[in-house]
Amino acid sequence: MDTFQDPGLPPHRPRLADVDPRAAKRAERQVTLLFVLSVLGTLLFFVAYFVVGHAESIGEIRLQNTLLGIGTAFAMLGIGVGIVHWAKTLMPDHEITEMRHEVRTEEDRQVAETMLGDIIEETGIKRRPLIRNSLIAAVALAPIPAIFMFRDLDRTGASAGQIVDRLRHTMWDKGIKLVRDPSGTPIKASDVQIGSAFHVIPDGLNEMEDPLNEKAKAVVLLMRLDPEKMHISPERQTWHHDGIVAYSKICTHVGCPVALYEQQTHHLLCPCHQSTFDLTQECKVIFGPAGHALPQLPITVDSEGYLVAQSDFHEPVGPSYWERG
Amino acid sequence: MSSTTEYRPKTSTGRIADFVDTRVGASQIVKEFGRKIFPDHWSFMFGEVALYTFVILLISGTFLTFFFDPSMAHTTYNGSYNPLKGVQMSVAMASTMDISFDVRGGLFMRQVHHWSALLFVAAVSVHMLRVFFTGAFRRPRELNWVVGGTLLVLAMAAGFTGYSLPDDLLSGNGLRIIDGVIKAIPVVGTFISAFLFGGEFPGTAIVGRLYMLHIMLVPAMILLMIGIHLFMVVVHKHTQYRGPGRTNDNVVGFPVGPVYAAKAGGFFFIVFGIVAAISGFFTINPIWNYGPYDPSPVSAGTQPDWYIGWVDGALRLMPGVLGNFSFEWIIPFPWGDNNLILNVLLPMVPAAILIGAMFAWPWIERWITKDNREHHLLDRPRNAPFRTGVGVAGVIWYCVMWCAASSDLIATHFHVSLNDVTYWLRALFFLGPILGFIVARRIALSLQRKDREIVLHGREAGVIEMSPEGGFSEQHVALDEYKLYKLVSFESHEVLPPEADRVGHVTRSEKARGAISKFFFEDRVAPVTPAELEAAHGHHAPAIEASSENASIER
Repeated sequence: MDTFQDPGLPPHRPRLADVDPRAAKRAERQVTLLFVLSVLGTLLFFVAYFVVGHAESIGEIRLQNTLLGIGTAFAMLGIGVGIVHWAKTLMPDHEITEMRHEVRTEEDRQVAETMLGDIIEETGIKRRPLIRNSLIAAVALAPIPAIFMFRDLDRTGASAGQIVDRLRHTMWDKGIKLVRDPSGTPIKASDVQIGSAFHVIPDGLNEMEDPLNEKAKAVVLLMRLDPEKMHISPERQTWHHDGIVAYSKICTHVGCPVALYEQQTHHLLCPCHQSTFDLTQECKVIFGPAGHALPQLPITVDSEGYLVAQSDFHEPVGPSYWERG
Repeated sequence: MSSTTEYRPKTSTGRIADFVDTRVGASQIVKEFGRKIFPDHWSFMFGEVALYTFVILLISGTFLTFFFDPSMAHTTYNGSYNPLKGVQMSVAMASTMDISFDVRGGLFMRQVHHWSALLFVAAVSVHMLRVFFTGAFRRPRELNWVVGGTLLVLAMAAGFTGYSLPDDLLSGNGLRIIDGVIKAIPVVGTFISAFLFGGEFPGTAIVGRLYMLHIMLVPAMILLMIGIHLFMVVVHKHTQYRGPGRTNDNVVGFPVGPVYAAKAGGFFFIVFGIVAAISGFFTINPIWNYGPYDPSPVSAGTQPDWYIGWVDGALRLMPGVLGNFSFEWIIPFPWGDNNLILNVLLPMVPAAILIGAMFAWPWIERWITKDNREHHLLDRPRNAPFRTGVGVAGVIWYCVMWCAASSDLIATHFHVSLNDVTYWLRALFFLGPILGFIVARRIALSLQRKDREIVLHGREAGVIEMSPEGGFSEQHVALDEYKLYKLVSFESHEVLPPEADRVGHVTRSEKARGAISKFFFEDRVAPVTPAELEAAHGHHAPAIEASSENASIER
């Protein structure tokens, strides 16, 4: 033999409560005490619920929540610990051995096999392939309408082309004022100092039918920096006003707002996944998971000196998608 | 059916019991389950925690549905919480505020619900790890492992759909990320996003739709899976650890009535009590601090709930642009350019690999070891060094991604560069699992050698003896037969070289299997045999103690 013999279950060692009636009595009292603690916990719950009552301040809410927690905790732990203590000290602790059975016996398998054979034979499906094939065709086709039923999940009634196309447009257009988010006050070019940043929405956003949908595409960050520090490509020379530039605030990675502007380094950072865009290089990606630069909004000033858009963005804003191109 | 000697109950309880029994056959159920044996071990508790937190979720969740209104219509908040008075928000957010501040105990119920959700996913995860590291997924329990894995995925789905319901700033940004990931799916992504949100993001449909999934479809599927899971536990009977008196053909433990039922039933109340205490003392998801969802603001240091962290972290780790190469790949098709957004799609691959490998592992292990026997005895993790190594590699891979979801907090907390944290985590993403495998396997093998040492030379007695020559040595005490059996009664897989099939051909997959088998089982510590123990006792002298390196025999 090259393996050890199983010595069998170790002998049972009696607990104190098994041999000493006083220990058993003590355990009984401990269990009762725990159940009484549970009752007190339930009472504490009622105190918190009725005496604190409808909280008037955040402090009272906090107190009530804590007391409800302590009350429930005692109510539950008293019962739970009591029962487990009862089981561990006073209920028998002899380990019992039970035999396992085969999951499947060979006899059952044979009976089932014969039975299934008979059932299939009685349907005659093997002898009548016409029935079988037409049934397969019908069953394969029947669920397809269920898939098409989901087409109107898009509640706007847009066609497939419109669904793709609407991602290309925001509500920005020629002459729309850049206004502060959320106050809606317009911004004069002279208000924008070098190094400052504004969170901007298009004028008239709150009058739109779905302001949140429009806002999710149209929010813009407005910053001013020394034009000398910026590398501006030829076709974008006219998109800024005296170093005031506007970029989409929606991250091109998965759409979080790129809300952090590091004034010293001229970097924009998305707090969700840390994509970092360099404002001096037309918001090119310099770190993180974003795949392309933030789109720029061409801006200018109107006759009164307010900042306005020249047009919509020239490319879709926000996360990329298959049809973006 | 009629019987000649009809049973006549004497007490009123007896009459009720008899009424039920003669209608549904309760006697048979009691006969089957009344004294059913369950083995006892602390590690079997995690599955119970998962079950009980789910019950707490059902109780607290039902309470919340009485007050929550899943509408995204605009309203002006006018409840008790002064700082947000007059603020525009959705009805969903406003009703969550009302639950928190104007329903007595509502905040407590929200806390209980959220904390037990976090605990539920954690308990399911730890339970899965226990099953994995002890080999409990082996035949006949492979299908129950798959059901368990499905439960883990469903638990995450339940968590995420619920997390998004209050329509606060944090959860709204979470949905924004989901929208971005969905849009990255090739060909159909744009449309799935439009269908899910009922138009453009955020729309006014998503909370109502997630609500239906969260309170009906997902919990119903979880309940169904739990039913199947427990049914299979009954069919298979519970596994048990190796030890004296415990064989592959029996199950040793306590009967359901009364001991096991009392312990398990009492444990439900303990779990509930602990969740209640946590909910009383620690705030979770204070939506009144976040405010309603608005696409423009975002708070720095945003964190998803812990179980989504690893997927979010994978998104963070992926570089979008390397030099001038963008992972957002524009493919020039004849009909126009299409975008393959690999910087969003590739981070989903590790998640797919990890979950896919988890589901497939019972079959992978069976293929490598060619071990198709029924296993009802559990392995100690050290006694299956290859499996422990693979498991630790997976855990480390998961944890690296998980840490990445907090890369910004790590950077601000430890005053290090955010970029450096990301670079390190990118390196660990590839190196961590390899190091984890090697280190965990080495530790497992060393622990096995330590066990051999203890078996062959006994445990250290703590008594120092001085020999007449002045040398010091420690006394060793031989183990009793029960402790000894526990340390020697394990199986240790050996390398299975590639085998030829019936026509004498060694297939390529068989060669690969042989190579993996060699890699896994080449280093191996065998259990002590009686002969070895005999030999060790034969020249058991203090002098040998000093150099006992030769105790472990390796192949």
